[in-house]
This record gives sequence, C-alpha cells and structure tokens, in this order.
Amino acid sequence: MAKITFITSDEEKITVEAESGSVMELAVENDIQGIDGDCGGVCSCATCHVHVLPEFVEKIGEASEIEKDMLELDDHANEFSRLSCQISISPELDGVVLRVAN
Amino acid sequence: METEKQVCVVIGASHGGVNFAFSLRKEGWEARIILVDADPELPYHRPPLSKAFLTKPEGIENYLLKPKASYEKQGIELVLGQKVAKIDKANNNILLENGESLKYDKLVLSTGARPFIPAIEGLILSNNTFALRTAEDVNKIRAAVSEKQGSKVIIIGGGYIGLEIAASLKKLGCDVNILEREERVLARVTSSEMSSYFNQLHEENGVIIHTNKNVTSITKEKSHNTVVCADGSTFTADIIIVGVGIKVNKELAEDIGLKIENGISVNEFVQTSEKDIYAIGDCTFHFNPHYGRYVRLESVQNAVEQGKTAAAAICGRKVPFNIIPWFWSDQFDVKLQMVGLSEGYTEVLIREEEPHKRSAWYFKDDELLSVDAVNNAKAYVLGTKLIKEGLKVNKANLMNLSEPLNLQTLTTR
Repeated sequence: MAKITFITSDEEKITVEAESGSVMELAVENDIQGIDGDCGGVCSCATCHVHVLPEFVEKIGEASEIEKDMLELDDHANEFSRLSCQISISPELDGVVLRVAN
Repeated sequence: METEKQVCVVIGASHGGVNFAFSLRKEGWEARIILVDADPELPYHRPPLSKAFLTKPEGIENYLLKPKASYEKQGIELVLGQKVAKIDKANNNILLENGESLKYDKLVLSTGARPFIPAIEGLILSNNTFALRTAEDVNKIRAAVSEKQGSKVIIIGGGYIGLEIAASLKKLGCDVNILEREERVLARVTSSEMSSYFNQLHEENGVIIHTNKNVTSITKEKSHNTVVCADGSTFTADIIIVGVGIKVNKELAEDIGLKIENGISVNEFVQTSEKDIYAIGDCTFHFNPHYGRYVRLESVQNAVEQGKTAAAAICGRKVPFNIIPWFWSDQFDVKLQMVGLSEGYTEVLIREEEPHKRSAWYFKDDELLSVDAVNNAKAYVLGTKLIKEGLKVNKANLMNLSEPLNLQTLTTR
C-alpha cells in the first residue's frame, strides 16, 4: 500500500492510497483536478502531467525517452516533470507528493 | 444561475458524452445531467478494445473512463443499457425503447458510429462472425478464440482497426489472415510508404496480408466458414472479423430534421441546426479552422475536446472549437502517433532513424500538414509544434540523419 499526495493548481492537498496500478489511474479514480488521462494510460496524450517534489525525484525515478519527448508538448514541463500514467504504484512510493502541472 | 431547473440529456456515454458531462459540471451547470447509452457497462475507454483489452483475460472494469463514485459525486445520472427510440423535438422529450421518456432543456448527441457491415452474401449467417466496437464484441471474440487453439481468423479490411485486431489475435496464438480490397493496407488513411511499413511489420510477425481481395461471399460449413473472393480465391475461417469502416449514428438527428452532411452538422460551438441541441464526437461534421475545411473525425481527442466546447457554450462561455487532430495506434511493439491531417499533400518525406523508428512528414508545397511517427515521440511532438505554429520546415535538415531532430535544426533557414 502506498499513500500518495496530490497538490492541485488551487493548492488543494489530497492524499489517497493504492496498492497497484498507475498514479494516473489513482488520480482519475479520485477525481484529482487537472489529471485527465484521455488516452487511457498509453503515453499518447500528455494529459496526466505532474511535477514531482524535489525530495521525491530519486524515489520516483526518471522519465523514459518517449515520456520525456511527450512532456515537451506541455509548456509547463521542467526537470521535475513526469507523466503519471508511466509511474507504477508500489509500496516504495509511500509518502510521495506530486504537484499537478495543469 | 437559471440552470437550476433545467435538465441536460446526453445520448451516448463514451469519451465524448462522459467528458462533456463532467465538463458541464465544472462550467457551473447546477441542474440535472443525464447520460443515456445502449451499452450496459459503465462507460469505458474504447481504444484498448482492439489492443490491450483484447489480449488480456480481464474485465472492462479495468478500463473505466471514470469510477462509479465520480458520477455519484458529481450528480451525473446514468441510464445504461437503454436505447433511445426517438427524439420528440416538439415536446423536448427523449423516448426510450423501454417506453420511458426523459424531458430535456439542452440535448447533446454523442451517438458515435457503428461498424459498417458490407452486403457480402452469407456474411451475417456465418459462424463466429464479429465486428468490434464495444466491450461485449471483444468478450465474444475472446470467447470464440479460446474455443480452439490456433483459430484461423480472417479479418476483412486492412485499416487501423483490422491491423490492431490482427496484431492482438496473433499475440493470442491465432492464425491470422487479412483480406484487403484495395491494393495496399491503410489505403484510405496513410501514404503508400507507411502502408508498406505496416505491411512488413505484420508479415514479420506472422500475419498474412492479402491485398486486392474483394470478398464476395461466405459459405457456412459445419464448423467453419469458407470465404470467397472475386478473383476466385478461397480462405478457411473459424472466425471472421469485419473491419471495413463505420456508419455514423445519425438517424435520431435525421428524424428530427437536423442538418446532416457527412455526419451531424455543427457550428464552431458544436451546436446543431437546432439551438438547444449540440453534437460531439465521431458523429459530427464540423469545421477545422487550421485546415480551413469541414471534416468528420474518429478520435478520442475530437470527442473529448468537442465535449468541452459544448459544455462551455451551454454555460454561456463561447469558445470556438479549434484543434490540431491527433491519433494513435499500437500494433505489436510499435507505437504509431499521428498529428495533423494529411489530405491534399503533395510531398511526403520519410525520415528513417532505425527500421522500427521512423516518421513520415506530409507537406502541401512548403506547408507541413501532418506527421506519422513510428516509435518516435520526438517527431510527433515536433510535428505538433511546427503545425500549430505554422513554421516552415527545413526539409534538407529533416532528411539529413546526421542532424538531430529538434526545433532548431528543423527551422533554421
């Protein structure tokens, strides 16, 4: 089980938990504003963009090449950007905080 | 807000209808929102149907657009498993086939499309014959496939849906043959260069593609079918899958006299010829400002974005619909991403970085119209930016593999 906190664009903090699946799926299941996941999680739409808080970057890991390329579609992308459909939930992610990019 | 007493009814609860409903709430609509669909399942993602969902023994609940609780939380009512019989425009009423009726103040048609079933003799009566548009269709195909190890599958039609199904069923161990009427697969949707690439990809993976095959009849045998083509060739099939295109679900709109062209005609706010009725998604014939022409698009993006346009317009925020269309397809380990509309291109440039990493760039003279990118998200993203900004592409640099693919090299003069 991992508890994950999202901070939305209006500074609302929402902590939710899951055992498996992707972070995007978790966000959609919990109506996190700003995470749409229109393509269903196949890294095709870039509508699940989050900024990982610096202290959790190492834990969550780096974006893959295709993910980095897709992130360039979004003007809000920076070194902390990830597409949340590409982050798998595991117990190691417990406690991470993600800021919704849009 | 005066929307308090009003009711918004949406016919069709797929990508368009569902995203519309949630957007409408977000835009401030306080009254009832009712989503009606003939499909009994909670609304789900459609693109995985021919891809991941077809290959895995799992339920459609893993592919929901929104969890059930979200509809409840947002007060979006679902009327599922119910077909709409007709719209009674004079009384602002929707009549369901079960005899019930729903009153509306605003109506949204996100009726989508259904598979086109060609008039091939014996097709409807043949054994294990399917089209693929719904979760139920996939469940039936999976059941038929699991009946027999290495089922012989004939797919009629080599478009994206046919190729995706071929790749998925090959993964499941079927013996897959595609019969395409035209001289190449994807003939209506891409260049001959991309057609040859996909032809080769499928053959490398053991799918057999037969082009110039016009299926004329199907004979039902005891346990299988014989598929007969115009040139006299015959194929044995345990399972037949028809993927030759779609028919727009426009009948409800037609019956009440809405303007119909190649789909339900809508203006820049996706409003139909009737002021309280909007239409979104695959069923609409709409203007694309970037390309300066009317189009009908079959895509998730189009459905979602038109849903947002309709929601805003109904709540008095009129933002004209304006997108650069994008699409994707996954076949075997290949990810195809497409941006723009290539129709009317005069030149196509292929940049081949690796055998399975390439991109096709479509130009009308110097204007970049669209990009098809195979395992190449960079090309897709750059294409999107260049098309959006209307930037002129340095074609020599594009074709020079020693130049990296980036905005700077592609736009230097």
